[in-house]
Amino acid sequence: MVIIIDYQMGNIGSIINMLKKIGYEAKISNNIDEINNADKLILPGVGSFDNGMKNLKEFDLIDILNKKVLEDKTPIIGICLGMQLITNRSEEGNLPGLGWIDAETVKFKFGEENEKLKIPHMGWNTVIPQNNSNLFNGLEEPRFYFVHSYHVVCKNNVDIIGKTNYGHNFNSVINKDNIYGAQFHPEKSHKYGMLLLKNFLGIN
Amino acid sequence: MLLTRVMPCLLLRNWGLVKTIKFDSPKYVGDPINTVRIYNEKEVDELIFLDITATKNNKQPPFQIISEIASECFMPFTYGGGIKNIEDAKTIYNIGVEKIAVNSYALENPEFISELANTFGNQSVVVSIDAKKGFFGKYKVCTQGGTKASKFNPVEFAIMMEKMGAGEILLTSIDNDGVMEGYDIELIQSVSNAVNIPVIACGGAGCVEDFKDAVKNGGASAVAAGSMVVYQGKNRAVLINFPDRKELEKLLS
Repeated sequence: MVIIIDYQMGNIGSIINMLKKIGYEAKISNNIDEINNADKLILPGVGSFDNGMKNLKEFDLIDILNKKVLEDKTPIIGICLGMQLITNRSEEGNLPGLGWIDAETVKFKFGEENEKLKIPHMGWNTVIPQNNSNLFNGLEEPRFYFVHSYHVVCKNNVDIIGKTNYGHNFNSVINKDNIYGAQFHPEKSHKYGMLLLKNFLGIN
Repeated sequence: MLLTRVMPCLLLRNWGLVKTIKFDSPKYVGDPINTVRIYNEKEVDELIFLDITATKNNKQPPFQIISEIASECFMPFTYGGGIKNIEDAKTIYNIGVEKIAVNSYALENPEFISELANTFGNQSVVVSIDAKKGFFGKYKVCTQGGTKASKFNPVEFAIMMEKMGAGEILLTSIDNDGVMEGYDIELIQSVSNAVNIPVIACGGAGCVEDFKDAVKNGGASAVAAGSMVVYQGKNRAVLINFPDRKELEKLLS
């Protein structure tokens, strides 16, 4: 069963809609037993970093998520804020992140030549796959819908599987072992998002 | 590279889609769910649906229709029409809608925009401004589907809405709506220059060159089109369509 973690952070309806379209049934849940029995996890998220961590704590989800992800090695994908929560910390807040991938979340900063670029980075942008990740199998010229003001900086290049340019290159997709993060919204990115989620859900 | 967003702006009247001219004489152009499916195939950037009867008839947003659209809409989806409280907004976001557009009620109760932005984030809140050129070329913000002129001009109102927490402005020229002879560049430019949030130009698009005009000369961050994406040819035969992606990329980059 695919479980979409419900911690009251953002738009889950559209993920359910897309999974249904590609033939997967998913359940929105913050029930510890259900999460424990999940064979795939999705950590969505729209909102601020500290609110996200605070809610994960309030719903008592951090221990079970650590167990599922780090011990059971259940595949998980963090989307947007969900990806940022996977990192050690964020410039947006003070609370520590989940720290599953050695990375930090920082705010977009532009030099003079790009001072006109707006924050948030909003709209469709291309992703250039890195390190031959299977997540991009069958995807030609992948492009996705982004809305974010912060981005992830990885300590280890091998954890970067997709890059995108906005003023400068930033890491739009990351992966370490069973842990994935996507800065964009695959659930709102037409066939590109469908294929990417299919690839993720097909991981054994 | 970030691409300029081009989005169909479609009008809901009950279960049907309609298209107006200068906000008048709505003509039936099709079924919303089928239309969304076609736009999926064409990989449209984003979609806006506005219910033009909700505010006028003082009714709630049509949740059932919105839900059916959302279940087929695999691109960002903005809904506007009749949203006046946080509970209705929450219902709509939970259905799978990314952004809510507020028009008449933003003038009636500007604080509502702050409330929405604080609860759901600025990026989820679009303020829709309908502007009409009056005597001596002065623009006024209109509400109630363009039927009621307010005391505000679009520039000062857009500034106020940005302060309240709006994430985007959907700026529609009532005079150019459905005319298909180009956007009101003067109007777009005045508002784009006054705010830092994205301005979506709407009203008047007749061809892809008009998009370029709104972006390059008007300073719009994104463009919306109505007639152009539901009609074909001089006689306005209904045909749901969308310009070729490569052509748009070449033109707008």
